[in-house]
Amino acid sequence: MSAVSFKNVWKSYGQQVVLEQINLEIAERSFVSIVGPSGCGKSTFLRMLLSQEKPSRGAILIDGQPLAEEPSSERGVVFQRYSVFPHLSVVENVALGLEFEQSRWFGKLFGAAKRDVLENAEQMLKAVGLENARDKFPSALSGGMQQRLAIAQALVKKPRILLLDEPFGALDPGIRADMHDLMLRLWEESSMTVFLVTHDLREAFLLGTRVLTFDHYRQREEEIGYYGATIVYDVPLKSSDPLKQQAKSFDTPQTLLQQQETQNPSRRDDPAPKS
Amino acid sequence: MGRLINRKPDKQFGTLLALLPFVLLLIAYMIGSEIRLAENPNDKLLPGFTKFADAIQRLAFQPDRRTGDYLLWTDTLASLGRLGAGMGIATLIGGLFGIAIGLIPLIRQGLAPLVAVLSMVPPLAVLPILFIVFGLGEVSKIVLIVFGIAPFLIRDVALRVQELPTEQMIKAQTLGADSGQIALRVVLPQIWPRLIDSVRLSLGPAWLFLIAAEAVASQSGLGYRIFLLRRYLSMDAILPYVAWITLLAYVLDFILRRLQIQLFPWFIAERRQE
Repeated sequence: MSAVSFKNVWKSYGQQVVLEQINLEIAERSFVSIVGPSGCGKSTFLRMLLSQEKPSRGAILIDGQPLAEEPSSERGVVFQRYSVFPHLSVVENVALGLEFEQSRWFGKLFGAAKRDVLENAEQMLKAVGLENARDKFPSALSGGMQQRLAIAQALVKKPRILLLDEPFGALDPGIRADMHDLMLRLWEESSMTVFLVTHDLREAFLLGTRVLTFDHYRQREEEIGYYGATIVYDVPLKSSDPLKQQAKSFDTPQTLLQQQETQNPSRRDDPAPKS
Repeated sequence: MGRLINRKPDKQFGTLLALLPFVLLLIAYMIGSEIRLAENPNDKLLPGFTKFADAIQRLAFQPDRRTGDYLLWTDTLASLGRLGAGMGIATLIGGLFGIAIGLIPLIRQGLAPLVAVLSMVPPLAVLPILFIVFGLGEVSKIVLIVFGIAPFLIRDVALRVQELPTEQMIKAQTLGADSGQIALRVVLPQIWPRLIDSVRLSLGPAWLFLIAAEAVASQSGLGYRIFLLRRYLSMDAILPYVAWITLLAYVLDFILRRLQIQLFPWFIAERRQE
Protein backbone atom coordinates (compact mmCIF):
# COMPACT_ATOMS: atom_id res chain seq x y z
CA MET A 1 0.00 0.00 0.00
CA SER A 2 1.14 3.54 -0.59
CA ALA A 3 2.25 5.49 2.45
CA VAL A 4 0.73 8.68 1.11
CA SER A 5 -1.85 9.20 -1.63
CA PHE A 6 -3.19 12.37 -3.16
CA LYS A 7 -6.55 11.87 -4.83
CA ASN A 8 -7.26 14.69 -7.26
CA VAL A 9 -6.29 17.41 -4.79
CA TRP A 10 -7.00 21.06 -5.61
CA LYS A 11 -6.20 24.11 -3.55
CA SER A 12 -7.57 27.55 -4.29
CA TYR A 13 -7.92 30.80 -2.40
CA GLY A 14 -11.12 32.41 -3.66
CA GLN A 15 -10.74 32.76 -7.43
CA GLN A 16 -7.03 32.04 -7.35
CA VAL A 17 -6.20 28.41 -8.06
CA VAL A 18 -2.85 27.50 -6.55
CA LEU A 19 -2.65 23.76 -7.10
CA GLU A 20 -4.77 21.52 -9.28
CA GLN A 21 -5.14 17.88 -10.19
CA ILE A 22 -2.55 16.54 -7.82
CA ASN A 23 -2.68 12.75 -8.08
CA LEU A 24 0.09 10.88 -6.38
CA GLU A 25 0.90 7.54 -4.89
CA ILE A 26 3.98 7.70 -2.70
CA ALA A 27 5.51 4.38 -1.72
CA GLU A 28 6.54 3.64 1.83
CA ARG A 29 10.08 4.79 2.70
CA SER A 30 10.32 7.10 -0.27
CA PHE A 31 12.45 10.22 -0.18
CA VAL A 32 10.44 12.66 -2.26
CA SER A 33 12.14 15.85 -3.43
CA ILE A 34 9.87 18.66 -4.52
CA VAL A 35 11.23 21.38 -6.78
CA GLY A 36 9.80 24.18 -8.85
CA PRO A 37 9.89 27.93 -9.26
CA SER A 38 8.76 30.26 -6.47
CA GLY A 39 5.01 30.59 -6.18
CA CYS A 40 4.25 27.22 -7.74
CA GLY A 41 2.58 25.83 -4.66
CA LYS A 42 5.41 23.74 -3.17
CA SER A 43 4.86 25.19 0.26
CA THR A 44 1.09 24.94 -0.07
CA PHE A 45 1.55 21.26 -0.91
CA LEU A 46 3.62 20.80 2.24
CA ARG A 47 1.20 22.78 4.40
CA MET A 48 -1.63 20.52 3.24
CA LEU A 49 0.42 17.47 4.15
CA LEU A 50 0.88 19.04 7.59
CA SER A 51 -2.87 19.73 7.93
CA GLN A 52 -1.95 23.37 8.34
CA GLU A 53 -4.27 23.91 5.37
CA LYS A 54 -7.05 21.80 3.94
CA PRO A 55 -7.40 20.88 0.27
CA SER A 56 -10.25 22.72 -1.46
CA ARG A 57 -11.10 19.51 -3.31
CA GLY A 58 -9.91 15.94 -3.22
CA ALA A 59 -8.37 13.97 -0.39
CA ILE A 60 -5.00 13.12 1.08
CA LEU A 61 -4.62 9.65 2.56
CA ILE A 62 -1.94 8.23 4.82
CA ASP A 63 -1.85 4.41 4.80
CA GLY A 64 -5.31 4.57 3.23
CA GLN A 65 -6.72 6.67 6.08
CA PRO A 66 -7.76 10.30 5.64
CA LEU A 67 -5.24 12.77 6.97
CA ALA A 68 -5.77 13.97 10.56
CA GLU A 69 -7.49 17.35 10.72
CA GLU A 70 -4.70 18.99 12.69
CA PRO A 71 -0.91 18.68 12.72
CA SER A 72 -0.02 15.54 14.65
CA SER A 73 3.01 13.59 15.79
CA GLU A 74 2.88 11.10 12.91
CA ARG A 75 4.12 13.92 10.68
CA GLY A 76 7.30 15.63 11.84
CA VAL A 77 8.49 18.88 10.32
CA VAL A 78 11.65 20.94 9.94
CA PHE A 79 11.26 24.49 8.65
CA GLN A 80 13.95 26.72 7.24
CA ARG A 81 13.79 28.90 10.36
CA TYR A 82 12.07 29.08 13.77
CA SER A 83 11.87 25.30 14.10
CA VAL A 84 13.45 25.15 17.54
CA PHE A 85 12.35 26.77 20.77
CA PRO A 86 14.71 29.58 21.78
CA HIS A 87 13.87 29.35 25.50
CA LEU A 88 14.91 25.71 25.87
CA SER A 89 18.42 24.28 25.93
CA VAL A 90 19.41 21.86 23.19
CA VAL A 91 18.62 18.74 25.21
CA GLU A 92 15.35 20.23 26.51
CA ASN A 93 14.32 21.03 22.96
CA VAL A 94 14.62 17.36 22.06
CA ALA A 95 13.08 16.12 25.31
CA LEU A 96 10.04 18.36 24.85
CA GLY A 97 8.26 16.03 22.43
CA LEU A 98 8.61 13.15 24.90
CA GLU A 99 7.43 15.30 27.80
CA PHE A 100 4.30 16.31 25.91
CA GLU A 101 3.52 12.63 25.51
CA GLN A 102 4.15 11.55 29.09
CA SER A 103 2.83 14.50 31.06
CA ARG A 104 -0.72 15.06 29.87
CA TRP A 105 -1.44 18.26 31.78
CA PHE A 106 1.72 20.25 32.11
CA GLY A 107 3.97 18.78 29.47
CA LYS A 108 6.74 18.79 32.04
CA LEU A 109 8.38 15.88 33.81
CA PHE A 110 10.35 15.74 37.04
CA GLY A 111 12.64 13.31 38.85
CA ALA A 112 13.25 9.86 37.45
CA ALA A 113 10.83 10.25 34.55
CA LYS A 114 12.65 13.41 33.50
CA ARG A 115 16.02 11.65 33.71
CA ASP A 116 14.79 8.89 31.41
CA VAL A 117 13.53 11.40 28.90
CA LEU A 118 16.77 13.36 28.99
CA GLU A 119 18.78 10.19 28.44
CA ASN A 120 16.61 9.39 25.47
CA ALA A 121 17.11 12.92 24.14
CA GLU A 122 20.88 12.65 24.57
CA GLN A 123 20.93 9.53 22.40
CA MET A 124 19.12 11.49 19.72
CA LEU A 125 21.63 14.33 20.06
CA LYS A 126 24.46 11.84 19.52
CA ALA A 127 22.79 10.63 16.35
CA VAL A 128 22.89 14.15 14.90
CA GLY A 129 26.30 15.03 16.37
CA LEU A 130 25.14 17.60 18.89
CA GLU A 131 26.17 15.83 22.10
CA ASN A 132 28.68 18.56 22.93
CA ALA A 133 26.09 21.31 22.68
CA ARG A 134 23.75 19.62 25.18
CA ASP A 135 23.18 22.60 27.47
CA LYS A 136 23.51 25.47 25.04
CA PHE A 137 20.60 27.63 23.97
CA PRO A 138 19.75 27.66 20.25
CA SER A 139 20.95 31.26 19.97
CA ALA A 140 24.47 29.98 20.69
CA LEU A 141 24.33 27.48 17.81
CA SER A 142 25.30 28.00 14.19
CA GLY A 143 22.66 27.71 11.49
CA GLY A 144 23.68 24.16 10.67
CA MET A 145 23.61 23.07 14.30
CA GLN A 146 20.18 24.63 14.74
CA GLN A 147 18.88 22.56 11.85
CA ARG A 148 20.49 19.43 13.29
CA LEU A 149 18.63 20.20 16.48
CA ALA A 150 15.37 20.73 14.61
CA ILE A 151 15.82 17.35 12.95
CA ALA A 152 16.64 15.61 16.24
CA GLN A 153 13.62 17.26 17.82
CA ALA A 154 11.34 15.95 15.08
CA LEU A 155 12.85 12.46 14.95
CA VAL A 156 12.56 11.79 18.66
CA LYS A 157 8.83 11.36 18.04
CA LYS A 158 9.59 8.67 15.40
CA PRO A 159 7.25 10.20 12.80
CA ARG A 160 5.86 8.11 9.90
CA ILE A 161 6.43 11.07 7.62
CA LEU A 162 9.04 13.80 7.84
CA LEU A 163 8.39 17.10 6.07
CA LEU A 164 11.36 19.32 5.29
CA ASP A 165 10.62 22.85 4.09
CA GLU A 166 13.86 24.16 2.54
CA PRO A 167 15.69 23.05 5.67
CA PHE A 168 19.18 23.63 4.28
CA GLY A 169 18.39 26.74 2.22
CA ALA A 170 20.10 29.15 4.60
CA LEU A 171 23.27 27.11 5.16
CA ASP A 172 26.76 27.39 3.70
CA PRO A 173 27.53 24.87 0.94
CA GLY A 174 30.03 22.90 3.04
CA ILE A 175 27.65 22.61 5.99
CA ARG A 176 24.91 21.71 3.56
CA ALA A 177 26.90 18.73 2.29
CA ASP A 178 27.31 17.49 5.87
CA MET A 179 23.59 17.86 6.43
CA HIS A 180 22.88 15.85 3.27
CA ASP A 181 24.98 12.97 4.60
CA LEU A 182 23.26 13.20 7.97
CA MET A 183 19.80 13.29 6.44
CA LEU A 184 20.46 10.29 4.22
CA ARG A 185 21.85 8.29 7.12
CA LEU A 186 18.91 9.09 9.39
CA TRP A 187 16.46 8.21 6.62
CA GLU A 188 18.18 4.91 5.90
CA GLU A 189 18.18 4.00 9.59
CA SER A 190 14.45 4.65 9.96
CA SER A 191 11.33 3.60 8.12
CA MET A 192 9.95 7.06 7.51
CA THR A 193 8.83 8.67 4.28
CA VAL A 194 10.48 12.02 3.68
CA PHE A 195 9.19 15.02 1.71
CA LEU A 196 11.80 17.65 0.96
CA VAL A 197 10.91 21.01 -0.57
CA THR A 198 13.98 22.66 -2.02
CA HIS A 199 15.17 25.25 -4.49
CA ASP A 200 18.37 23.33 -5.05
CA LEU A 201 18.07 20.90 -7.96
CA ARG A 202 21.31 19.15 -7.11
CA GLU A 203 20.11 18.56 -3.57
CA ALA A 204 16.81 17.24 -4.91
CA PHE A 205 18.52 14.66 -7.12
CA LEU A 206 21.19 13.77 -4.59
CA LEU A 207 18.77 12.95 -1.78
CA GLY A 208 15.54 11.96 -3.50
CA THR A 209 14.30 8.58 -4.61
CA ARG A 210 11.72 10.50 -6.54
CA VAL A 211 11.77 14.11 -7.76
CA LEU A 212 8.49 15.97 -8.28
CA THR A 213 8.55 19.19 -10.27
CA PHE A 214 5.69 21.61 -9.66
CA ASP A 215 4.94 24.27 -12.25
CA HIS A 216 2.19 26.04 -14.10
CA TYR A 217 1.33 24.29 -17.36
CA ARG A 218 -0.22 27.48 -18.64
CA GLN A 219 2.36 30.20 -18.76
CA ARG A 220 0.40 33.17 -20.11
CA GLU A 221 0.16 35.97 -17.57
CA GLU A 222 -3.64 36.24 -17.61
CA GLU A 223 -4.15 32.50 -17.29
CA ILE A 224 -1.90 31.84 -14.32
CA GLY A 225 -4.46 32.92 -11.72
CA TYR A 226 -7.16 30.61 -13.07
CA TYR A 227 -5.02 27.56 -13.72
CA GLY A 228 -3.06 26.28 -10.76
CA ALA A 229 0.32 24.65 -10.78
CA THR A 230 0.52 20.90 -10.90
CA ILE A 231 3.14 18.17 -11.12
CA VAL A 232 4.78 18.55 -14.50
CA TYR A 233 7.62 16.06 -14.04
CA ASP A 234 7.70 13.01 -11.81
CA VAL A 235 11.14 11.40 -11.94
CA PRO A 236 11.81 8.16 -10.06
CA LEU A 237 15.48 7.72 -9.20
CA LYS A 238 17.32 4.51 -8.40
CA SER A 239 20.45 4.92 -6.35
CA SER A 240 22.40 3.87 -9.47
CA ASP A 241 20.79 6.55 -11.60
CA PRO A 242 23.40 8.56 -13.52
CA LEU A 243 21.68 11.81 -12.49
CA LYS A 244 22.25 10.88 -8.87
CA GLN A 245 25.89 10.04 -9.51
CA GLN A 246 26.32 13.36 -11.20
CA ALA A 247 24.73 15.21 -8.29
CA LYS A 248 26.95 13.30 -5.89
CA SER A 249 30.12 14.27 -7.68
CA PHE A 250 29.15 17.91 -7.22
CA ASP A 251 28.47 17.41 -3.58
CA THR A 252 31.09 19.63 -1.99
CA PRO A 253 32.36 23.00 -3.08
CA GLN A 254 35.87 21.53 -3.08
CA THR A 255 35.00 18.95 -5.75
CA LEU A 256 33.11 21.65 -7.58
CA LEU A 257 36.21 23.80 -7.68
CA GLN A 258 38.40 20.85 -8.65
CA GLN A 259 36.09 20.01 -11.51
CA GLN A 260 36.18 23.54 -12.73
CA GLU A 261 39.92 23.52 -12.48
CA THR A 262 40.34 20.40 -14.58
CA GLN A 263 37.80 21.50 -17.13
CA ASN A 264 39.02 25.03 -17.50
CA PRO A 265 42.26 25.69 -15.66
CA SER A 266 42.62 29.27 -16.85
CA ARG A 267 39.47 30.55 -15.12
CA ARG A 268 40.61 30.23 -11.54
CA ASP A 269 38.92 33.34 -10.25
CA ASP A 270 35.43 32.30 -11.34
CA PRO A 271 33.13 32.38 -8.40
CA ALA A 272 31.70 28.98 -7.59
CA PRO A 273 28.16 28.78 -8.94
CA LYS A 274 25.64 29.36 -6.20
CA SER A 275 23.85 26.13 -5.62
CA MET B 1 37.78 64.72 10.91
CA GLY B 2 35.12 62.16 10.00
CA ARG B 3 31.41 62.60 9.68
CA LEU B 4 29.46 63.39 12.83
CA ILE B 5 27.43 60.19 12.49
CA ASN B 6 30.62 58.10 12.66
CA ARG B 7 32.15 59.68 15.74
CA LYS B 8 31.65 57.64 18.88
CA PRO B 9 32.81 58.65 22.37
CA ASP B 10 35.19 56.34 24.25
CA LYS B 11 34.11 55.08 27.67
CA GLN B 12 35.42 57.93 29.80
CA PHE B 13 34.27 60.67 27.48
CA GLY B 14 30.91 58.89 27.23
CA THR B 15 30.42 58.94 31.00
CA LEU B 16 31.38 62.58 31.03
CA LEU B 17 28.87 63.37 28.30
CA ALA B 18 26.13 61.54 30.19
CA LEU B 19 26.85 63.42 33.44
CA LEU B 20 27.16 66.83 31.83
CA PRO B 21 23.43 67.69 31.53
CA PHE B 22 22.87 66.75 35.18
CA VAL B 23 25.73 68.95 36.33
CA LEU B 24 24.50 71.82 34.15
CA LEU B 25 20.99 71.55 35.59
CA LEU B 26 22.40 71.55 39.11
CA ILE B 27 24.51 74.61 38.40
CA ALA B 28 21.56 76.40 36.82
CA TYR B 29 19.50 75.65 39.93
CA MET B 30 22.24 76.87 42.25
CA ILE B 31 22.62 80.12 40.35
CA GLY B 32 18.86 80.71 40.31
CA SER B 33 18.58 79.90 44.00
CA GLU B 34 21.51 82.20 44.80
CA ILE B 35 19.92 85.12 42.94
CA ARG B 36 16.50 84.70 44.57
CA LEU B 37 17.95 84.23 48.05
CA ALA B 38 20.10 87.35 47.64
CA GLU B 39 16.92 89.35 47.03
CA ASN B 40 14.88 87.63 49.73
CA PRO B 41 16.55 85.32 52.29
CA ASN B 42 13.13 83.80 53.11
CA ASP B 43 12.34 82.85 49.51
CA LYS B 44 10.58 79.49 49.41
CA LEU B 45 10.63 78.78 45.69
CA LEU B 46 14.27 77.81 45.14
CA PRO B 47 15.67 76.92 48.57
CA GLY B 48 19.40 76.40 49.10
CA PHE B 49 21.01 73.04 49.77
CA THR B 50 21.23 73.54 53.54
CA LYS B 51 17.43 73.86 53.56
CA PHE B 52 17.17 70.55 51.71
CA ALA B 53 19.45 68.90 54.22
CA ASP B 54 17.32 70.21 57.08
CA ALA B 55 14.10 69.00 55.48
CA ILE B 56 15.54 65.56 54.74
CA GLN B 57 16.86 65.35 58.28
CA ARG B 58 13.43 66.27 59.63
CA LEU B 59 11.39 63.91 57.44
CA ALA B 60 13.68 60.91 57.25
CA PHE B 61 15.55 60.75 60.53
CA GLN B 62 13.33 62.40 63.15
CA PRO B 63 10.00 61.00 64.37
CA ASP B 64 7.03 63.13 63.43
CA ARG B 65 5.85 65.20 66.40
CA ARG B 66 2.21 64.28 65.90
CA THR B 67 2.37 60.57 64.98
CA GLY B 68 5.86 59.54 66.05
CA ASP B 69 6.51 58.04 62.58
CA TYR B 70 9.57 58.59 60.46
CA LEU B 71 7.53 60.14 57.68
CA LEU B 72 9.69 59.46 54.61
CA TRP B 73 9.89 55.78 55.41
CA THR B 74 6.24 55.23 56.33
CA ASP B 75 5.26 57.14 53.17
CA THR B 76 7.63 55.07 51.06
CA LEU B 77 6.36 51.84 52.54
CA ALA B 78 2.73 52.80 51.99
CA SER B 79 3.31 53.88 48.39
CA LEU B 80 5.48 50.92 47.43
CA GLY B 81 2.92 48.58 48.99
CA ARG B 82 0.15 50.02 46.83
CA LEU B 83 2.32 50.13 43.72
CA GLY B 84 3.51 46.55 44.27
CA ALA B 85 0.01 45.22 44.82
CA GLY B 86 -1.37 47.10 41.81
CA MET B 87 1.47 46.12 39.49
CA GLY B 88 1.39 42.52 40.73
CA ILE B 89 -2.31 42.09 40.10
CA ALA B 90 -2.11 43.90 36.76
CA THR B 91 0.81 41.73 35.65
CA LEU B 92 -1.08 38.58 36.57
CA ILE B 93 -4.17 39.74 34.68
CA GLY B 94 -2.05 40.93 31.76
CA GLY B 95 -0.22 37.62 31.44
CA LEU B 96 -3.29 35.45 31.85
CA PHE B 97 -5.66 37.31 29.56
CA GLY B 98 -2.93 38.35 27.16
CA ILE B 99 -1.88 34.76 26.52
CA ALA B 100 -5.50 33.60 26.27
CA ILE B 101 -6.35 36.35 23.78
CA GLY B 102 -3.15 35.96 21.80
CA LEU B 103 -3.25 32.18 21.57
CA ILE B 104 -6.92 31.21 21.31
CA PRO B 105 -8.86 32.75 18.40
CA LEU B 106 -12.25 32.15 20.05
CA ILE B 107 -11.23 34.10 23.14
CA ARG B 108 -9.58 36.77 21.00
CA GLN B 109 -12.78 37.24 19.05
CA GLY B 110 -14.77 37.52 22.25
CA LEU B 111 -12.54 39.69 24.42
CA ALA B 112 -10.16 41.74 22.28
CA PRO B 113 -12.73 44.46 21.39
CA LEU B 114 -13.74 44.82 25.04
CA VAL B 115 -10.13 45.19 26.14
CA ALA B 116 -9.50 47.70 23.35
CA VAL B 117 -12.42 49.83 24.53
CA LEU B 118 -11.45 49.53 28.20
CA SER B 119 -7.92 50.65 27.42
CA MET B 120 -9.33 53.85 25.93
CA VAL B 121 -11.18 54.85 29.12
CA PRO B 122 -9.03 57.47 30.89
CA PRO B 123 -8.30 55.78 34.24
CA LEU B 124 -8.38 59.04 36.21
CA ALA B 125 -11.91 59.64 34.97
CA VAL B 126 -12.86 56.38 36.67
CA LEU B 127 -11.24 57.37 39.97
CA PRO B 128 -14.43 58.95 41.41
CA ILE B 129 -16.32 55.76 40.58
CA LEU B 130 -13.65 53.71 42.31
CA PHE B 131 -13.85 55.91 45.41
CA ILE B 132 -17.63 55.51 45.46
CA VAL B 133 -17.54 51.77 44.93
CA PHE B 134 -14.47 50.79 46.95
CA GLY B 135 -14.37 53.63 49.47
CA LEU B 136 -11.38 55.85 50.20
CA GLY B 137 -9.15 53.06 51.53
CA GLU B 138 -6.35 51.07 49.97
CA VAL B 139 -8.53 49.08 47.56
CA SER B 140 -9.55 51.97 45.36
CA LYS B 141 -5.92 53.09 44.89
CA ILE B 142 -4.78 49.60 43.96
CA VAL B 143 -7.74 49.13 41.63
CA LEU B 144 -6.89 52.42 39.90
CA ILE B 145 -3.37 51.18 39.14
CA VAL B 146 -4.75 47.86 37.92
CA PHE B 147 -7.37 49.56 35.79
CA GLY B 148 -4.79 51.96 34.43
CA ILE B 149 -2.20 49.46 33.24
CA ALA B 150 -3.81 46.02 32.95
CA PRO B 151 -5.50 46.76 29.58
CA PHE B 152 -2.17 47.90 28.16
CA LEU B 153 -0.43 44.79 29.51
CA ILE B 154 -3.15 42.51 28.13
CA ARG B 155 -2.94 44.03 24.67
CA ASP B 156 0.84 44.05 24.66
CA VAL B 157 1.12 40.43 25.78
CA ALA B 158 -1.53 39.36 23.24
CA LEU B 159 0.50 41.04 20.48
CA ARG B 160 3.74 39.41 21.66
CA VAL B 161 2.03 36.01 21.66
CA GLN B 162 0.81 36.54 18.12
CA GLU B 163 4.32 37.56 17.12
CA LEU B 164 5.71 34.16 18.04
CA PRO B 165 6.47 32.41 14.73
CA THR B 166 3.66 30.21 13.37
CA GLU B 167 6.38 27.63 12.72
CA GLN B 168 6.80 27.17 16.47
CA MET B 169 3.10 26.51 16.99
CA ILE B 170 3.02 24.00 14.12
CA LYS B 171 6.19 22.35 15.35
CA ALA B 172 4.77 21.99 18.86
CA GLN B 173 1.65 20.35 17.42
CA THR B 174 3.73 17.90 15.42
CA LEU B 175 5.46 17.05 18.69
CA GLY B 176 2.05 16.04 20.02
CA ALA B 177 1.26 19.06 22.21
CA ASP B 178 -2.32 20.11 22.95
CA SER B 179 -3.42 23.71 23.52
CA GLY B 180 -2.73 23.70 27.25
CA GLN B 181 0.73 22.20 26.83
CA ILE B 182 1.55 24.77 24.16
CA ALA B 183 0.40 27.58 26.47
CA LEU B 184 2.48 26.27 29.37
CA ARG B 185 5.63 25.03 27.67
CA VAL B 186 5.94 27.10 24.51
CA VAL B 187 4.12 30.40 25.02
CA LEU B 188 4.31 31.24 28.72
CA PRO B 189 8.09 30.79 29.11
CA GLN B 190 8.68 32.96 26.05
CA ILE B 191 6.25 35.62 27.28
CA TRP B 192 7.87 36.12 30.71
CA PRO B 193 10.81 38.22 29.52
CA ARG B 194 8.55 40.18 27.20
CA LEU B 195 6.15 40.76 30.06
CA ILE B 196 9.02 42.28 32.05
CA ASP B 197 9.55 44.69 29.15
CA SER B 198 5.94 45.79 29.20
CA VAL B 199 5.89 46.08 32.98
CA ARG B 200 8.94 48.34 32.76
CA LEU B 201 7.12 50.50 30.22
CA SER B 202 4.04 50.73 32.42
CA LEU B 203 5.95 51.69 35.56
CA GLY B 204 5.66 55.37 34.62
CA PRO B 205 1.87 55.34 34.26
CA ALA B 206 1.59 53.20 37.42
CA TRP B 207 3.39 55.88 39.46
CA LEU B 208 1.19 58.53 37.90
CA PHE B 209 -2.01 56.75 38.96
CA LEU B 210 -0.60 56.03 42.42
CA ILE B 211 0.34 59.62 43.12
CA ALA B 212 -2.92 60.93 41.69
CA ALA B 213 -4.95 58.59 43.90
CA GLU B 214 -2.86 59.48 46.95
CA ALA B 215 -3.18 63.17 46.26
CA VAL B 216 -6.96 62.99 46.16
CA ALA B 217 -7.65 60.89 49.23
CA SER B 218 -5.13 59.37 51.57
CA GLN B 219 -3.50 59.58 54.98
CA SER B 220 -0.05 58.44 53.93
CA GLY B 221 2.12 57.89 50.91
CA LEU B 222 4.62 59.86 48.91
CA GLY B 223 1.95 61.47 46.73
CA TYR B 224 -0.14 62.40 49.75
CA ARG B 225 2.89 64.03 51.39
CA ILE B 226 3.96 66.25 48.51
CA PHE B 227 0.43 67.49 47.98
CA LEU B 228 0.14 68.18 51.71
CA LEU B 229 3.47 70.04 51.78
CA ARG B 230 2.33 72.10 48.80
CA ARG B 231 -0.05 73.99 51.11
CA TYR B 232 2.97 75.32 52.98
CA LEU B 233 4.98 75.96 49.81
CA SER B 234 7.60 73.66 51.34
CA MET B 235 9.78 73.35 48.27
CA ASP B 236 12.65 72.33 50.57
CA ALA B 237 10.77 69.09 51.31
CA ILE B 238 8.86 68.61 48.06
CA LEU B 239 11.92 68.61 45.83
CA PRO B 240 13.75 65.90 47.84
CA TYR B 241 10.53 63.86 47.81
CA VAL B 242 10.29 64.15 44.03
CA ALA B 243 13.95 63.18 43.73
CA TRP B 244 13.29 60.22 46.03
CA ILE B 245 10.28 59.09 43.95
CA THR B 246 12.37 59.36 40.80
CA LEU B 247 15.13 57.31 42.39
CA LEU B 248 12.65 54.63 43.48
CA ALA B 249 11.20 54.44 39.98
CA TYR B 250 14.66 54.20 38.48
CA VAL B 251 15.71 51.47 40.91
CA LEU B 252 12.55 49.45 40.19
CA ASP B 253 13.26 49.72 36.47
CA PHE B 254 16.87 48.69 37.05
CA ILE B 255 15.85 45.68 39.15
CA LEU B 256 13.43 44.52 36.46
CA ARG B 257 16.10 44.84 33.80
CA ARG B 258 18.62 42.86 35.88
CA LEU B 259 15.97 40.25 36.56
CA GLN B 260 15.36 39.86 32.85
CA ILE B 261 19.06 39.42 32.13
CA GLN B 262 19.54 36.98 35.01
CA LEU B 263 16.48 34.83 34.47
CA PHE B 264 16.23 34.85 30.68
CA PRO B 265 19.72 34.86 29.20
CA TRP B 266 18.39 33.16 26.05
CA PHE B 267 16.07 36.11 25.47
CA ILE B 268 18.90 38.65 25.64
CA ALA B 269 21.02 36.53 23.28
CA GLU B 270 18.12 36.11 20.88
CA ARG B 271 17.40 39.82 20.84
CA ARG B 272 21.03 40.65 20.18
CA GLN B 273 20.91 38.52 17.04
CA GLU B 274 17.95 40.30 15.53
